[in-house]
Amino acid sequence: MTGSVNHPKDQPWLMRTYSGYASAKESNLLYRTNLAKGQTGLSIAFDLPTQMAYDSDDILSRGEVGKLGVPVRTIEDMETLFDQIPIEKMNTSMTINAPAAWLLALYIATARKQGADISSLRGTSQNDILKEYLSRGTYIFPPKASIRLISELIIYTVNQIPQWNPINICSYHLQEAGATPIQELAFTLANAICILDTVKESGHVGKEQFPDVVGRISFFLNAGIRFVEELCKVRVFTMMWDRICKERYGVEDPKLRRFRYGVQVNSLGLTAQQPENNIARIIYEFLGVVLSKSARARSVQLPAWNEALGLPRKWDQQWSLRLQQIMAFETDLLEYEDIFKGSEVIAKKEKELEEGAEAEMDKIQEMGGVIPALESGYMKQQLVESSTERVRQIESGERVSVGVNKFVEGEPSPLTSGGVEGAIQTVDDSVETEQIEILESFRHRRDNDKVAFALDHLKESVNTGKNIVEISIECANAGVTTGEWGCAMRELFGEYRAPTGVGMIAGSKSQTAEAQKVNERVKRLSKMLGRNLKILLGKPGLDGHSNGAEQIAVKARDVGMEVVYEGIRLTPRQIAESAMQEGVHVVGLSILSGSHTNLIPEVMRKMEERGIGNIPVILGGIIPQNDIPGMYSAGIKKVYTPRDFDLNKIMMEVTDVVAEANNIKM
Amino acid sequence: MSSGFGDVLRGEKRAIAGTLNLLEEGGSSCFQRNKELIDKLSRNARSGRHVVGITGPPGVGKSTLVSRLVREYRSRGKTVGVIAVDASSKRSGGALLGDRARIAHDPDDEGLFIRSMATGSHMGGLAWRTRHCLTVFEAVYDIIIIETVGVGQSETEIDQVADTVAFIAQPGSGDVLQFIKAGIMEIPHVIVVNKSDQKALAARAKSDLMVAKAYSQSVLEGWELKIVMTSALEGWGQKELVDILEGHLEFLTERSMLEKLRRQNRIEWVSALFKKRFGDFGLEVLGGEENVRSLIERSDILNPLESVDMLAEKVLRSKDLNHGQFW
Repeated sequence: MTGSVNHPKDQPWLMRTYSGYASAKESNLLYRTNLAKGQTGLSIAFDLPTQMAYDSDDILSRGEVGKLGVPVRTIEDMETLFDQIPIEKMNTSMTINAPAAWLLALYIATARKQGADISSLRGTSQNDILKEYLSRGTYIFPPKASIRLISELIIYTVNQIPQWNPINICSYHLQEAGATPIQELAFTLANAICILDTVKESGHVGKEQFPDVVGRISFFLNAGIRFVEELCKVRVFTMMWDRICKERYGVEDPKLRRFRYGVQVNSLGLTAQQPENNIARIIYEFLGVVLSKSARARSVQLPAWNEALGLPRKWDQQWSLRLQQIMAFETDLLEYEDIFKGSEVIAKKEKELEEGAEAEMDKIQEMGGVIPALESGYMKQQLVESSTERVRQIESGERVSVGVNKFVEGEPSPLTSGGVEGAIQTVDDSVETEQIEILESFRHRRDNDKVAFALDHLKESVNTGKNIVEISIECANAGVTTGEWGCAMRELFGEYRAPTGVGMIAGSKSQTAEAQKVNERVKRLSKMLGRNLKILLGKPGLDGHSNGAEQIAVKARDVGMEVVYEGIRLTPRQIAESAMQEGVHVVGLSILSGSHTNLIPEVMRKMEERGIGNIPVILGGIIPQNDIPGMYSAGIKKVYTPRDFDLNKIMMEVTDVVAEANNIKM
Repeated sequence: MSSGFGDVLRGEKRAIAGTLNLLEEGGSSCFQRNKELIDKLSRNARSGRHVVGITGPPGVGKSTLVSRLVREYRSRGKTVGVIAVDASSKRSGGALLGDRARIAHDPDDEGLFIRSMATGSHMGGLAWRTRHCLTVFEAVYDIIIIETVGVGQSETEIDQVADTVAFIAQPGSGDVLQFIKAGIMEIPHVIVVNKSDQKALAARAKSDLMVAKAYSQSVLEGWELKIVMTSALEGWGQKELVDILEGHLEFLTERSMLEKLRRQNRIEWVSALFKKRFGDFGLEVLGGEENVRSLIERSDILNPLESVDMLAEKVLRSKDLNHGQFW
């Protein structure tokens, strides 16, 4: 029996798991296993050096190779990744941004080698560099150069690979950075407008072709735990996008105005405490994006229950895939028309979100559009502010997190009874050495003259305005590496450091009793130190997820510390030098990428070398339990993991650490 | 001090940082030590130094421009020290010092040193101890760039600290009138229209700013206020800006105004120190502002801490302590 008369059962969404790690060879095995299990699309996670266009042997890659995804440095790596996987038949999503054009070039070159018909390729390049400035941090070039890269990839695929989604405009990361639903709507749509306007103005796409370009734009959303509001959010996205396409770009065909989006539900709210509860969170979040037929996600990837602990294993990913399959194939969800049609409650909420989003978009337009709003730090600041508010709500208990700030007592979990370590995937440190060997062997075998010629041609062509993807394919075939491509582009466009947004955040209006206590202690300690307590905060390594560090920075300021916020992507040497020049009393580092085992000892060594080995260092991030003793023996004074959400307590301990280091009894 | 004074003069960064730490320390126990330090530092100030103040409202790209300036000066073979000032929260006393993250710096560059400072409760756009710390930089670096808080209003202290002041504006800010009202336009020797990659707006801003020339006080000294367009983001205009900055220093030197100006700045420093310590009361005890000023002028102004110490003695020894007219 079906739920609705004459309604054939809908096709389910595309089911993906975001994966890739260690090496192209291992990732290839994983993909083949997942495909055999019924997964219908590939979603490639690249490691941070790939995302930042560095080679495995670059100093900045140290400790990051193969950690968060697969390292792809050469066309050979790409060939290995797709060994025995027919690219022509795949729908491949690539989470890649700053060097998106390069990875697409490698993909196309590999497909050609497999004998595929390029024009029939299907898949998605994330290619949304704008959101990288606001969250995640894997941008390389200044905003204008980024817009050019984005639009050239769009122009290339629209002409050559018409079924490719050339950009996946992300609100996902904005939510992780703290965005409210209204900010998500406004910032994402404003970004989309900025990109489409650029493509339109480029003159490389004919007027009659432009609606097709609009139709190729897709989105990547996040879904949080307040799933009714999230459900309304995706509905409003759908409505607003339809209107923008019609009114701003004159797209007549309703199919081309569809808000096509994929989803990864929220990882931010997943907890390290009682991690099995995360399965419930993942399912509720999932509801928000599949319940409405009129605004249903086209593809969904669910995080694994143990993401707050470390990298998920194959079994964890299988569990998340099964959740989707049960929803699609066991429940009756796909048998109905839109079940919220006519609901007054939903309509009211939709209106509220829509009006809020429009007001915010108007504000951005008044500033001259997204680029000025990015460059001035306005957008980032808004996000940091929302995030600060969220942290405050969790601290005060206004926002309940089961197992974290409420209902914390629990039975020991059999899932993690073998210790947390048994319950996550670990990447062997030998991967890095192996990858460097593979790369060196490749460099030996290739024709260096051809490489040099291709790189010269790349630089020259970019200067004369030729399409970057086109020339990058030549580079891929010639044997250019990811790092070489990145280096050439850095020379052409320069590197950029985005506003951190942190400096512009107003102090919280009210101080809780707890925070006041810490503030008084900081003042007292400052007096005893002779000058104000000064802390340096920064993120070593390539990982750009700075939300945690930003929140610590704001908090430290609010309890009276002077905070030198150094931002992201720092080398150990830079951290040591800055700590020394600034005369700080304590250094706080944040690492989420798993590269702490390499980076921390290196930071400590550099500080020693600069004669500031006596300055205490604290560490926060995703640090597996088993690694913590090693961090202490490397000299770290305190280690904080996602379990430590009480920022006042952390700040109190910072004062203890500083007092101890200065032989002060408080 | 763990490392010797010679290390400071040689530009050894660890020693410089250590000295800055000491100078930032407050309390009467530190006064004598800091006085001696400043004495030594002032007597070793580099003769060719140039103190450049960078001021302007928030969001105009001051830090990014400073980053470009640093690179330009370094490429000309000059060593550079940067003092970046940010505001402190009045209530908590905390501060976010975010400029460092935006100034590109190679940790291996021995000719560049960046220090962030918080204003504390001090008004005027600088930190209370900016001048103390400046003495270290003056003894070591060719160029010292001071980036002010950038709150716009009442940010006029930089005028008494820097040899040359650059005011940074951006196209489309449209509030030249506001700047004029706030008295900021009287100060700068050069106005920089940053973000001039927004061409139409930039041209407009430039023509608006021409109005400001009328309010410039530097005309009195014979210096014509310059206006320069830059784009810190795209990396152009900084050469011209540095040429202008150097031109101003040359101008001051040629007319023998530089030493006079710096002497005046030190007098202002002593006066500020004295007022902070003794306020109006102190001025009255010593017979009014004029009198105090002439006392300062007659003192060994090379060490402002010594001068203010001298004034303090006079106040404390005065028998007229109860005759203030404040009440």
